[in-house]
Amino acid sequence: MDWQYFWELFFGGLTRGSIYALIALGYTMVYGIIELINFAHGEVYMLGAFTALIVAGALGIYGFPAVAILIIAAAVAVIYCAAYGVTLEKIAYKPLRDAPRLSPLISAIGMSIFLQNYVILAQTSDFMPFPNLVPQPEFLEPIAHIMGASEVLIIVTSAVSMAALTLFIKYTRMGKAMRATAQNRKMAMLLGIDADKVISLTFVIGSSLAAVGGVLIASHVGQVNFAIGFIAGIKAFTAAVLGGIGSIPGAMLGGLVLGWCESFATGYISSDYEDALAFALLVLILIFRPSGILGKAKTQKV
Amino acid sequence: MQGLKKSILVSLWFMFLTFPLMVIRIDSLNGTIDWRWENMLGMGVGTFVLSFVWRFMLARKEAGRAAAAGGALSARGAWFERLRSDPKAAVPALAVLLAAFLVLPWVVSTYQTNIMISALLYVMLGLGLNIVVGLSGQLVLGYVAFYAVGAYSYAILNSNFGLGFWSVLPIGGAMAALFGILLGFPVLRLRGDYLAIVTLGFGEIIRLVLENWSSFSQGPSGIANIDRPGLFGMQLSVSDATTYIYYLILAAVIVTILAVTRLKNSRIGRAWQALREDEIACQAMGIDITTTKLTAFALGACWAGFAGVIFAAKTTFINPASFTFLESAMVLAMVVLGGMGSVIGVSVGALVLILLPEYLRAFSEYRMLIFGATMVLMMVFRPQGLVSPGRTKYNVTDAEGAGADAARPAAGGNA
Repeated sequence: MDWQYFWELFFGGLTRGSIYALIALGYTMVYGIIELINFAHGEVYMLGAFTALIVAGALGIYGFPAVAILIIAAAVAVIYCAAYGVTLEKIAYKPLRDAPRLSPLISAIGMSIFLQNYVILAQTSDFMPFPNLVPQPEFLEPIAHIMGASEVLIIVTSAVSMAALTLFIKYTRMGKAMRATAQNRKMAMLLGIDADKVISLTFVIGSSLAAVGGVLIASHVGQVNFAIGFIAGIKAFTAAVLGGIGSIPGAMLGGLVLGWCESFATGYISSDYEDALAFALLVLILIFRPSGILGKAKTQKV
Repeated sequence: MQGLKKSILVSLWFMFLTFPLMVIRIDSLNGTIDWRWENMLGMGVGTFVLSFVWRFMLARKEAGRAAAAGGALSARGAWFERLRSDPKAAVPALAVLLAAFLVLPWVVSTYQTNIMISALLYVMLGLGLNIVVGLSGQLVLGYVAFYAVGAYSYAILNSNFGLGFWSVLPIGGAMAALFGILLGFPVLRLRGDYLAIVTLGFGEIIRLVLENWSSFSQGPSGIANIDRPGLFGMQLSVSDATTYIYYLILAAVIVTILAVTRLKNSRIGRAWQALREDEIACQAMGIDITTTKLTAFALGACWAGFAGVIFAAKTTFINPASFTFLESAMVLAMVVLGGMGSVIGVSVGALVLILLPEYLRAFSEYRMLIFGATMVLMMVFRPQGLVSPGRTKYNVTDAEGAGADAARPAAGGNA
């Protein structure tokens, strides 16, 4: 067996998986709290990548150093994505909170189409080259044959963000409020938790994580366009379902499992059906184990 | 005053939000930045005005809800109600409409007829999806997969075995129905959003298979030189063939409308609507959920299959790019815009969504943007669509005072 190839695929999968996990967290948190599949979440990720591209381009013209550009672009992308996430919720989901369950889903699909075309009209429908902003430091030389600096950066950043999120949910007051709202929104409201605030915060966190994912992957892959959100969104959703939707550790685990599945399948079998694999996996999980790996099966209440 | 302040804040917020994408454009070749401040101004003014409209509409929706709760009937749309329920008005109106559609290809150019053909194709797709989404309440996002199955059935059978349009039409419908059942079986237990996502995945898998399985479907380059439908072996010129296909699709749409209307009021149609309203209650009433769902899937898919065969015959060339998720979303937008469950509504919705962008050329690049916005706004302000589906009502006349108590629940139940 060719171990070098194996490890390449392993870390390739880990990189992909970390990105999926970052986006999946947004799906799973929103689902946990308002039981809605935020179909436009992939678009928020795309907006993050695009915003970072524009900021990076502008700063590049003014001659900033690469590391500074990366940090500023990522920060701006996070702020804007959080703002987009909150606005999205206010316009498309909040008025529909008591509507039948199909309504917010259709509205989410509409929002997703709207945002894609907003980017096409405001910028372009072409693929845009994304500058490679990650320097290759010397201490990473020994592992350079398996993974590049941007892959290391993706894995480390994702791990740190996820750890921070876990701590936030577990130990802060707001985190507690979020868990309470996820368990039972009505009861949480009766206990004096401002549910609107919690929901907004959920969108802020989910969208920021998506922005981080967007900037990292854009810098790694080297190009962005308006359509990258759709496929990434579906795959991240698959990851969220795989781990058990509504469960935060589940989303992380699901992302990694999906990343490895894809990486090994394309590496050892064939790359023709790379995207179909995620869909097939999604269909299979939903049919055989809809509650996912870490999710709890829910009984239907009448 | 309060409103003014709010609107200014909204406007400022959106100016901030759209700043990087709308204002900055990087010209990476020359290394310059194009600052488009005029966009920001437009955004600010636009959102300022829109926020007033938004609040006004929300207030009106609330008022409408309050009025409906009080039992008041809105006068608006009364003429339309009359047109729909009174046969004396409805029959001439339908006759005029039919006559207009019949003479259309003789008055307008071949180009216009072609646009009308695609609009009618979408009417058919919309009505098919309406069975699944509107009547039985199963949100299917991969509807275009069945359309693809129909189109590819004709393309492959025609180019490999030389089968004609008329012999493939039923085969295409049956193939699509089969795929509908194939999809339906595993997803029987799923509902709502999960079902939506699984069907989306299914649709994408079909498209990816068509793209990658080159020996079967000739991959992304597609299948060309598909025969047009034959008319008793006559050789038709291109413009005559267009007219012929126009009448074909018109007939198909009429058949679809008749079939769907009859289905809606049949035993299975009532079962679908019960399923849509409440799955558990429906089961408790003794309706077999499995057959009900599967028939909805099969019939809905079947129509997409027919439409697919006609589509392949019309364009004589198909490739997987015609069957993307966007197409599914567009058909869904028609159903939503027209009014889920309403046959007239969905037909009008499809015609509006296809014809308006064609004739408003200035807006054609905004077409998909408007599609998306329409879906959101419809859900927020008028979830029942342009035409809310009519319900069969039983009017119980209260001949004797004693019957009042018995009559009330019956009338209330159907209101």
